[in-house]
Amino acid sequence: MASNATNHALLHRVAETGRVAVPFTLDGEPASALAGDTVLTAVLTQGSQLRRNEFSDMPRAGFCMMGACQDCWIATAEGERLRACSTFIAPGMELVTGRSGA
Amino acid sequence: MTTNAELQPVIVGAGPAGVRAAEALVAHGLRPVVIDESSRAGGQIYRRPPANFIQRTAATLYGFEASRANAVHEAFDALRDRIDYRPDSLVWNAQAGVLDVLHNPTRTTTRVPHGALIVATGATDRVLPVPGWTLPGVYTLGGAQVALKFQGCAIGERVVFMGTGPLLYLVAYQYAKAGAKVAAVLDTARLTDQIAATPAMLRQPAVFAKGVYFVAWLRAHGVPLHSGVRPLRVTGDDEARRVTGIAWHDGREERALDCDAVGFGYALRSETQLADLLGCRFEFASMHRAHLPVRDAAGRASVEGVYLAGDGAGIMGADAAEWAGERAALALLADRGVAIDTARAEALERKLEGLTGFRRGLERAFPLPQDWAANAPDDLVICRCENVTAGTLRQTVVVNGADEMNRLKALSRVGMGRCQGRMCGVAAAEILAHATGQPLQQVGRLRGQAPIKPIPIHLAVRAASEGASA
Repeated sequence: MASNATNHALLHRVAETGRVAVPFTLDGEPASALAGDTVLTAVLTQGSQLRRNEFSDMPRAGFCMMGACQDCWIATAEGERLRACSTFIAPGMELVTGRSGA
Repeated sequence: MTTNAELQPVIVGAGPAGVRAAEALVAHGLRPVVIDESSRAGGQIYRRPPANFIQRTAATLYGFEASRANAVHEAFDALRDRIDYRPDSLVWNAQAGVLDVLHNPTRTTTRVPHGALIVATGATDRVLPVPGWTLPGVYTLGGAQVALKFQGCAIGERVVFMGTGPLLYLVAYQYAKAGAKVAAVLDTARLTDQIAATPAMLRQPAVFAKGVYFVAWLRAHGVPLHSGVRPLRVTGDDEARRVTGIAWHDGREERALDCDAVGFGYALRSETQLADLLGCRFEFASMHRAHLPVRDAAGRASVEGVYLAGDGAGIMGADAAEWAGERAALALLADRGVAIDTARAEALERKLEGLTGFRRGLERAFPLPQDWAANAPDDLVICRCENVTAGTLRQTVVVNGADEMNRLKALSRVGMGRCQGRMCGVAAAEILAHATGQPLQQVGRLRGQAPIKPIPIHLAVRAASEGASA
């Protein structure tokens, strides 16, 4: 599977860009987000998916952004699952996109 | 043993309804527990960005609503030390006298006993799926707004907003104002709907004026606005990794446009699962096209000690939520034998009553498309959690004779996925009603089930065994 980082970004920052950088890894590659980003924002400002739907195997990237639709779960390297829209990015997080059933 | 009257009341939700309810309880000497799924109070409409977002003013974030948003935030900040505030906390189960609450950051669940309970759980977007709606880059209108307000991000570089409802033009305006490219606004309502609704809308002239302003502003800034559209499909690239465009029917012919993101929705739907778990009686409300928990004018539910306020009990908007939150708190106090300002309580009820005509006007100006179910193709995914299509639902009706929502769920798995029907429930009910030839109210509603949102499984097991041994 192609690395997420090579894909186009879904989200585009239009405000509040003067925040402190937060290092994390995305599919094993070093990446950088901004403090106060959700995991969803951190990933989708540089890639186009969070996980794959376990029934259709299609990529998913969230939908409601308010903790209701459960579409934005993402896996960590340790196998933990996070709801990306309501979890803030933290330094050193190791996020893995494209996991089915994450 | 602590009696119910000695326990502090619990408020679920810290949007405009929850904050005003808390304020009224504190003013009468109580110290309510306020449980908020978000990390900061304000709810969805007045959602506050993280504290280190300092570049935008309230006027930028909330527009015409800035003074109201500020007032709710300031009210909450003044209460902060006089309430037991539990942010980042999800009520995932509710029974008489006790709530199960998951604290998200620590992944721990606790039991919160309650004497009386004010349920102010708010709403999410009302969704009618369109082919392609599961593509990355398609979000709800509310979601598109959260991305901007809460994270300073646009959902794409060339965004189409589609559907109907007050949020449609508001979000398009906010995006354009923030410098994002809005490729088009596609409204399923017809201009004639909006003209017919004008007299009712004028009952709230300020709200009406805002709507007119957004439309005029968008037009003046060259954003194409189309009304009376029938959405056909969101198209994606070959690998379904991104949005490439959108197609719709304009009444005469098919039209299409390139875009890289779509925000869509059809007004809002209430979050009623907690009221359901608490055993509240529901009734079909034709104006909302939904089964809603019954409440009296003061907000009392059918279950003693349970009060309902805000959009979670029927979509009436943020101003109504503030009034209903305060009114419900006054009812709770009066039921405890506390002396309240009855003139204030009556004034709040009059204000809420006065909104009904305007609310009907809104429904007329932005009607849910009546032909949606008839036009939904068989391969349209209705349930995005479990990939259940409209064709499967229709087949379940024909083959298994499903004529009620919970039976349809059991047989087709629609609404059984992680979102518990929040995204698909409205659409599934419309499909079922159409396929069986029944009026919508006859097909019933999906019953709420604990946990009302996914929680780590070991926590649910532990809480259940604690409950059994208690």
